[in-house]
Amino acid sequence: MRELRYREALREAMFEEMERDESVFLMGEEVGHYQGAYKVSEGLMEKYGERRVIDTPIAEAGFAGVGIGAAMVGLRPIIEFMTWNFSFVAFDQIISNAAKVHQMSAGKIQVPIVFRGPNGAAKQVASQHSHSTAPFYTHIPGLHVIQPSTPRDAKGLLKSAIRSNNPVIFLEGETLYGVKGEVPDEGVDELIPIGESRLARPGTDCTIVTWGRPYYTVLAAAEKLAAEGIECEVIDPRTLRPLDTELMVQSVKKTNRCVVVHEHWPYGGPGAEIVDRLQREAFDYLDAPLERVTGLDVPMPYALNLEDKVLPTEKRVIDAVKRVSYAK
Amino acid sequence: MMVIRRFEEEAARNYAKGKIGGFLHLYIGQEAIAVAAAEVLEDRDYIFQTYRDHGIALARGMAPDAAMAELFGKDTGCSRGLGGSMHFFDVERGFLGGWAIVGGHLALAAGTAFKSKYASEDRVTVCFFGEGSTNIGGFHEAMSLAGLWKLPVVFVCENNQYAMGTPLERTSPLKDLSIKAKGYGIVGDRFEGHDVEVVHERIGEAVGRARSGEGPTFIEVQTYRFRGHSMSDPAKYRSRTELEQRKQQDPIVVARERLLGLGVDENTLDDIDIEVDEEIDAAVRFADESPPALEEVMMSTVLAAEGDS
Repeated sequence: MRELRYREALREAMFEEMERDESVFLMGEEVGHYQGAYKVSEGLMEKYGERRVIDTPIAEAGFAGVGIGAAMVGLRPIIEFMTWNFSFVAFDQIISNAAKVHQMSAGKIQVPIVFRGPNGAAKQVASQHSHSTAPFYTHIPGLHVIQPSTPRDAKGLLKSAIRSNNPVIFLEGETLYGVKGEVPDEGVDELIPIGESRLARPGTDCTIVTWGRPYYTVLAAAEKLAAEGIECEVIDPRTLRPLDTELMVQSVKKTNRCVVVHEHWPYGGPGAEIVDRLQREAFDYLDAPLERVTGLDVPMPYALNLEDKVLPTEKRVIDAVKRVSYAK
Repeated sequence: MMVIRRFEEEAARNYAKGKIGGFLHLYIGQEAIAVAAAEVLEDRDYIFQTYRDHGIALARGMAPDAAMAELFGKDTGCSRGLGGSMHFFDVERGFLGGWAIVGGHLALAAGTAFKSKYASEDRVTVCFFGEGSTNIGGFHEAMSLAGLWKLPVVFVCENNQYAMGTPLERTSPLKDLSIKAKGYGIVGDRFEGHDVEVVHERIGEAVGRARSGEGPTFIEVQTYRFRGHSMSDPAKYRSRTELEQRKQQDPIVVARERLLGLGVDENTLDDIDIEVDEEIDAAVRFADESPPALEEVMMSTVLAAEGDS
């Protein structure tokens, strides 16, 4: 094992998959000559040239559609959105075309494509650039939705996404790009399966399910709670569709309580889906209502003091765990 | 052309009988375009169309049986009853779909053309759409990228004069849509679509340019649909006189007269008509007697199987 930053892990995944498969290419705004708006694709054009690392004009619907068309006839495009906020102008391509054509062609046409880019709030980028987009995409049958929290998961899941025969929504975190973590050594071809949760921290007293940026908020909160004698078990679903609840259900059967922590808005989405499934699959084991700590139900404000209120905080996590634990 | 005409007439009849549901958009009046384009293209080439997709599918060689069965929602349909009228597919013949969001499939066509260029394959993509598509963003972005990258694609705008019920003069300040091509740095062409030989020649030129690496062409074919936009549209927005005038240029009548002029025997043409009648009648029987669409196919095709990548 060695330490890599999240962005380096993603970059390695793309290098390795482009090396092993000629049909893989990267397309998006500023991915080539500029080396990526967030430097995720740094060095890729130097190695693979303009044929396989393709700078596009600002035309998300256009290049998302070009990617889908190319995937329909056998290529494996990686389409980078500079941020997922810009995916909304390509929404029709993703929903009406990428997600639907396999079934409406009775299984004749596959769309092996990855849409990737940073998702969620960064810092003070305000209302139109702070969307946590998982709820929009997890709603759609025909898509896989992945949101990795750690460098290792980012690399292993991106490799699986590129090799998938289905369209994959790959949600990265702008604030996570600099996060360091252990990643298998060079030459280790680790594929992390799509649709498997991961135990991030063992515990006995309360289950916390979380992913993305709040993952780190939760781990910090869990340490503080441990100091007060409450041991939290933290589970990261990693893939939000298909959703693997087995580990969560096992954990809740042990801890008898659960808090789900996520950045996206509270109305629907994977957070609500997890709560719905757990109350059915572990109903007899629950000693408290399931709780959620979410991004507040407002458009993201610019002012830092307000943004800090909107995003899930350690304090809100600690309070929620104490509430379901009936602790003070 | 007769196969398409009779197929569409029979589809309308069976829609009225309740055998066909949903939306049904007929191609009657526009047949020469699909037939000519299909004739120009090689088997390996790709074709995209809107929801008005029966004509090109049949012209490309789809059996009327599979087409009619799809309309009837049967497992023997070209999309096994999952697509319906608007989503015909015939991948083996390079027909990559009927697409039902206006403007949404143009970028897909640029995408298959991108693959041709990426993999140095000699395959041209032809993408059909209506004049109503030329105002939506999907049109602009697909044309922009295809022009920028000189992709081997031909965009064929079938200008049938009405975007649903709205005539061209109320949706565009332009009378000549083909001048839009200039804005994308590509070749534009414009001609009338009722003479199958003319359409064949002009689409042939555009396909030739695409094949030889000269990039995309935007073609405006002026045509006319004799029926409403869909079955629920009585087409009250146009006059009886206008329709009757247009019917003077029925592509099938034009072709028939051309053939007679060339010395083809009238009986030979009548025999073709009888043969087509029988083929379409058989397609209706086939569709009617076929088993319904299957739940297990619906469930198992949401996602593609993984592996072998």
